[in-house]
Amino acid sequence: MYKEIVIKPLNSLTTGWKEIWQYRELLYFFAWKEVKVRYKQAFLGVIWTVLQPLAMMLIFVLIFSKGLGLYTGAIPAPLYYLCGLLIWNLFNQSITGAANSMVGNANIIKKIYFPRLIIPLSAILTASFDFVISLLILIVFGLYYSLKMQLDFEVLPLIVSFGYAYLITVVLAFGIGTLLSAINVKYRDVRYALPFFVQSLFFITPVMFDNESLNTSFLRVVLALNPLHHAISAVRNTLESGYLNLSSISWTMPFILLIIAISGLFVFRKTEAYFADIV
Amino acid sequence: MKPTIDIQGVWKAYNIGADRKYKSIRDTFIQLPELFRGYKQETFWALQDINFSVAPGESVGIIGRNGAGKSTLLKILSRITPPTKGEVTLRGRVASLLEVGTGFHPELTGRENIFFNGSILGMHYAEIKSKFDEIVDFSSVADFIDTPIKHFSSGMQLRLAFSVAAHLDAEILLIDEILTVGDAEFQKKCIGKMDSISKGQGRSIVFVSHNLSQVKQLTTKSLLIDKGIQQSIGPTDEMIHLYHENILNQQWKLFDKERNQSEDVEFNNCTFLDKAYRPLSQFETGQPVHVLIEIQNNTGKKLENVLAGLLFRNIQGSPMTGFSSNVHGLKLDLDIGENRIICSIDKFPLSPGYYTYNLILTKGSLTYNWMKEAGTIHVVHGFFFETGEIPSPGLNTVLVEQKWKKV
Repeated sequence: MYKEIVIKPLNSLTTGWKEIWQYRELLYFFAWKEVKVRYKQAFLGVIWTVLQPLAMMLIFVLIFSKGLGLYTGAIPAPLYYLCGLLIWNLFNQSITGAANSMVGNANIIKKIYFPRLIIPLSAILTASFDFVISLLILIVFGLYYSLKMQLDFEVLPLIVSFGYAYLITVVLAFGIGTLLSAINVKYRDVRYALPFFVQSLFFITPVMFDNESLNTSFLRVVLALNPLHHAISAVRNTLESGYLNLSSISWTMPFILLIIAISGLFVFRKTEAYFADIV
Repeated sequence: MKPTIDIQGVWKAYNIGADRKYKSIRDTFIQLPELFRGYKQETFWALQDINFSVAPGESVGIIGRNGAGKSTLLKILSRITPPTKGEVTLRGRVASLLEVGTGFHPELTGRENIFFNGSILGMHYAEIKSKFDEIVDFSSVADFIDTPIKHFSSGMQLRLAFSVAAHLDAEILLIDEILTVGDAEFQKKCIGKMDSISKGQGRSIVFVSHNLSQVKQLTTKSLLIDKGIQQSIGPTDEMIHLYHENILNQQWKLFDKERNQSEDVEFNNCTFLDKAYRPLSQFETGQPVHVLIEIQNNTGKKLENVLAGLLFRNIQGSPMTGFSSNVHGLKLDLDIGENRIICSIDKFPLSPGYYTYNLILTKGSLTYNWMKEAGTIHVVHGFFFETGEIPSPGLNTVLVEQKWKKV
């Protein structure tokens, strides 16, 4: 009939997935609210979600392929840059949203109990929504190239590779996002460090280039350690070869992902009980 | 039957002093040497060994002064903050209303906010949907339900928020002073609704409020706490009585010199005199009062152009009214040694009840002495108005001269 809740000083360290499952509707409602509220009073509304990556892609095409003459392989330049940009945006929005989410929802945290993990998770869910919407640009460009230029794309491998890239990105963003959001509750330094951190990451993520175009082996190693590199490469390789091509994956990647995700979760769970006292 | 809420030996500590509200990493580094030297943060016990239980269908009030730990206890019960020691067992779904309208977003419409707020409070989508009409009906904002609530009046927002909360299907309701806002009619409706929830539907309610008459109306049993320590638990009437007595026993002093905050400029005494300058120990509402304040200047120099102030608070701790030496432009200089000043009040404006007062002596931003709860006064019934009528008796309010006529 009812369940017994025991409130004790320090909760044992569980992941609490069961409770989050119970509160799954709240997770959805948080993300839904974010999406609803974001473009209120904006004339262009949701179009912004599409406009931003589109404009960025055009700039990349103009500067890197037309201006600097960088070769993008068999993939048309707009598609090449879009793949990188969409995945990067998903990551960037997820961690930025998650890092600020706890502080941004301080008034709710101080008044109502629910599993705190819902909040950074909802930031990732919101970013995922944008990701799906902006995939439309990719589809439009893809259709254009296949109809006008008679380029063939294998749809199923592409969908699988995107799903795979999405998973890597989201797990990585979950680890970093939960970690940053927990730290941000106590140390507001996160707010100032975050843009710098994101910008630095951007340079070791192959959005504008790929691994082969680097001629320093040190940089190649750094890149190989970055899970986002694998996500973007998987999509690009599949696009280029026409079959599901995950050849870029290194065996270290799952470990790196796991370590980051678990340490983020650990720090978050360890400190969440006292969020209301210090936020 | 097992109690729905079982609180066993709950303690809660906060670190104060060194721990600022938010820190930067720099602050932590600055404090490092102190940490190594065995520097200790001061611990403040907000709650000490609280034990009580609430049976199904029972409503319990928590009463105590400001800072007694009432809200901390409620926060622990609603799982917002964990206890430092002890254990609480809750048997049933909990709905906590520490603030109505938590998470209301101004850009969302009334309808959208009902869904979002309801879901934060722990309702499922299907549940909100099935109760939607009832909620809207109770709030009586049906005409504006699809308007962003930033266009709502604050009263409308409050009504909507309460309606959502009132329709929660929880075995345990935790309520913090939410009814002190909103118009009287709606307050009555809220109290009525909560009363029917506890009595009619057998839910347990824990209610915290400064408004003792609301506590009395809604609860049968109460917990009295002071400075984090459980004083007593029992029938609400008795607890309210005890609460009044406690407060009076503790500080039933017209003037307590120990409460001086500074030795440089000290308040030696504060006496209340009638119109013939005879001392009073209790006085009537509306009677003329002279307040004689004696100040000892130990600084060794004359203090020029200072400001003396007197502030009355009711026993719940809310400021009622203040008196200040500069209102008519008095240039107050304090000579070395003893000084006496008088504040004359033609008609004492506080309604019957007990009040504490603060004495303040400042100059610009510099505070010489701020004596909190310098003493307690007892005001009895009197003739502020010639009829002897007191508007809203029992609420410890300030009376204002008024004239009524039919036009």
